[in-house]
Amino acid sequence: MLRQALAQSWTSEFAVEARNLVKDFGEKRAVDGVSLTVPTGSIYGLLGPNGAGKTTTLRMLLGIIDPSSGERSVLGNIRPLEVASRVGYLPEERGLYPSMNAREAIAFLGALRGMPLAEGRRRGDQLLADAGLSDWAKKPIRTLSKGMAQTVQLLGTLVHDPRLIVLDEPFSGLDPINQGKLERLIRERAANGVTVIFSTHVIAHAERLCERIAIIAAGKVAFEGRVDEARSRLRQIVRLRTRACDGPWRSALPANARCEHGEWVFELPDSGPEPLLKALMDGDAGIETLAIERPGLHEAFVAIAGEAAAEAMGNPELGG
Amino acid sequence: MVIARRDFTATVLSKTFFFFLLGPLFPLLLGGVFGGIGARVASQTAQPVVAVVMHEKEFEVLYKARQRLADATGEDAVVHLAYYAPEPDSDAQVKRLLKSSNPPIRAVLTGWFGDPKLVGDLRPDSATERQIKLLLRNSIMPEFPSPRLDVERTAPAAGSMAKDRAVTAQLGQMFLFFLTILLAGMLLSQMIEEKSNKIIEVIAAAVPIDSMFLGKLFAMLGACLLGLLVWGSIGFATVAFLSGGNLDKIPAPAVGWPAFLGFAVIYFSMNYLLLGALFLSIGAQASTAREVQILSMPVTFAQVLIFGLAAVAVGAPNSPGAMAAAIFPLSSPLVMLARAAEVPGFGPHFLALAWQALWVGIILAIGARLFRRRVLQSGRARPFWRRRSTA
Repeated sequence: MLRQALAQSWTSEFAVEARNLVKDFGEKRAVDGVSLTVPTGSIYGLLGPNGAGKTTTLRMLLGIIDPSSGERSVLGNIRPLEVASRVGYLPEERGLYPSMNAREAIAFLGALRGMPLAEGRRRGDQLLADAGLSDWAKKPIRTLSKGMAQTVQLLGTLVHDPRLIVLDEPFSGLDPINQGKLERLIRERAANGVTVIFSTHVIAHAERLCERIAIIAAGKVAFEGRVDEARSRLRQIVRLRTRACDGPWRSALPANARCEHGEWVFELPDSGPEPLLKALMDGDAGIETLAIERPGLHEAFVAIAGEAAAEAMGNPELGG
Repeated sequence: MVIARRDFTATVLSKTFFFFLLGPLFPLLLGGVFGGIGARVASQTAQPVVAVVMHEKEFEVLYKARQRLADATGEDAVVHLAYYAPEPDSDAQVKRLLKSSNPPIRAVLTGWFGDPKLVGDLRPDSATERQIKLLLRNSIMPEFPSPRLDVERTAPAAGSMAKDRAVTAQLGQMFLFFLTILLAGMLLSQMIEEKSNKIIEVIAAAVPIDSMFLGKLFAMLGACLLGLLVWGSIGFATVAFLSGGNLDKIPAPAVGWPAFLGFAVIYFSMNYLLLGALFLSIGAQASTAREVQILSMPVTFAQVLIFGLAAVAVGAPNSPGAMAAAIFPLSSPLVMLARAAEVPGFGPHFLALAWQALWVGIILAIGARLFRRRVLQSGRARPFWRRRSTA
C-alpha cells in the first residue's frame, strides 16, 4: 500500500525523479539528500568534481545499489530494474568480456536488456557499420584498442533503443573526434524523444549539450535547473577599453572594477548599461570597445560550487 | 537465461573445456602407471614360492592337494610350489635355492611325506607353514570319494541383499561426493571474471543479482552435466566391456537401476546446485583470485565433513542420524541417493528434491543479498540501534 501510494505521487512528466537520496558507505556519507527532476526527452548533466557523488547517485537511480534513504522513480517505476529493458547504461569503468567478439558483445548487452540475441546481432552489425567498425565485428574485444572497445560498449548501451540513456563520464578516454561523434549521437537520440543523463567533470560538454544540469559538490546538489538559470545567477560582465586612462567618468565604474591588460572588467551595475554609457560619453572616455558578456557555466559553477570544486574539475578547455 | 547461455558457451567453447573433459583421464593414467608398478610389486609379494625337493611322485601328490585347495580358495590364496629334483649335497641345494630370486623362493621343503622338513625365513606359525602342513596332511590321507552335496538355491537372503545394497549406496555416495568436490569448486571463482572485467556494473544495472547467480550456477551445472555425459558414456562402455556385458553382477539398488541412475543424475545436480550456490556466494565476496585460492581449502574440508555426515546413512537409512542428514540440506542429496540404493519407494525422494530446491533458492537469495550489501555496498540505512554515534 505504501509503495503504491509512493508510486502514485510520481509524475510522468519526468523520466527520472529523485527525492532526498542519501547514501552512506560505512561512516562516510557519499550522497547527502540529492533531489533531481529530469524531464522526459531532455539532456541532463550531472556536473561535479571527482568524488562529488555523481556515480553513486547514478547507481542509485539505476537500482544497482539501494539508497540508505530517499526515493527515486525511473520511467515512472520506483523499482528501476523493472524498467531495465527501456534503459541503457554506460558505466564509468568500462567492461566487456575480452573473449567475446564485438558483434556478440553488443548482442549480449542488448540481450541483458531483453532483446533477442539474433536481433541484437543484426542490430550490432548495423551499428558497427554505422560507426565504421564493420571490419572489427568478428574480432575479440581483447584485440581492440581502448577507444574501439569503448565505442563497442556504447553501441551495446544503445542497441535496444532505450528510452532513457545514462552515461557515466562518457567522454573520458575519447579523442576529440570521437567526443564530437558522441555529442552528435546524444543530440540525435534526444531529438527522437530519448532522455539522456550523463555525468561529467568537463563543464564544456555540459554547457554545449545540456538543457538542465545538477551541480553536485561534496554529495549535495548545489544547483539544479536549466543551464541559463545557472548562468543567470551571476551578473553580466562588462569589458571596457577606453582611449583616456582617467577622467570624471571613472566614478561611474563600480568600486570593484579591475583593470586587466588595459581593459576594465566589472559586473554590470543594477542600474543597467544606459547610465554607464551616458557617463562614459559625457566624460569623454573615448570608448574603444565595450562588451557585455553573460557569464559561462564555468563561472557559474565556480560561484555555485566554490573555487575548490572548480579547481578539482580541472581546466575545462583541456577537457574539450 | 542470457547469463547462463553466455557462461555456458564461454565455458564449453573454450579450449580449456577440452582439458576439462580429459581431466578424468589423468587419474586413470596415474592409476594405470601405479597399478602396473603395484602389480609388478604384487607379483613379487604375492603368495610365496616354496621349493619342493622330494621324490617326483610325492611332489605330484602334493601339487594335486595344492590345486584342490586353490580351486576352493582361489589361486592367489595358496602358496606356490616349484619342483626341484634332489641333489646329492642336500644342504648346498637348500642354500642355493633360498638365494634364488627367480622364482623368489621363500622356503624349501625337503625329506619325504613321513619326515618332511621346511627350511626358510618363516615367522612362527606363519601362513606358509600352516598351508604346507595342510597340504602334507591332505597328501598323505587316503582319498575318500567326494560326498554328494545337495544344494538348494534360493532368492538372495535379506541380509546379503542389504549388504549388497549398502555397498551400492556407499559407491553411489562416494561417486557423488568425488564428482561434486571436483566440479563445484569451480564456482568459487565464477564472479572473478565479471569483477576484474568491470562488467559486473553493467549486469547489475540490467538484471537482479539473484538472476545473475542463478544463471551462473545453471551454466556451470550444464557444462558439468555435459562432461558427465561424455565421461559416463565412456565409463559405461568400459565397464560393459570389462565385465563382458554381465552388468547384472553389480548389486542392484532397491529402486532398480534405471531409477537409481536417474536419481544419481538428479541428486548430483541438486548437490551441485546446493554446494555451488554456497561456493558462488562465498566466492563472490572475494575480490581477487588469491582470495579464492585461500578459500578453496576450507571449502574442500567442509565438503569432506558433509560427506562424513552423509555416510552415517549408509546401512541404516531410517536411523535418526540418517534422517537428520537427509534434512540437513547440504548432505541431503548424498543421503537420499544412498536411500535410493537401499530402500524402495519414490515418495520421500520427491519430498527431498522439493526441500533441496527450496534451499538452493534460499542460499542464492542470501548470497545475492550479501553480494549487494558487501560488494556493491547497497542496502537501506542500518537500523538506529546498529548505528554508531558519529557525534
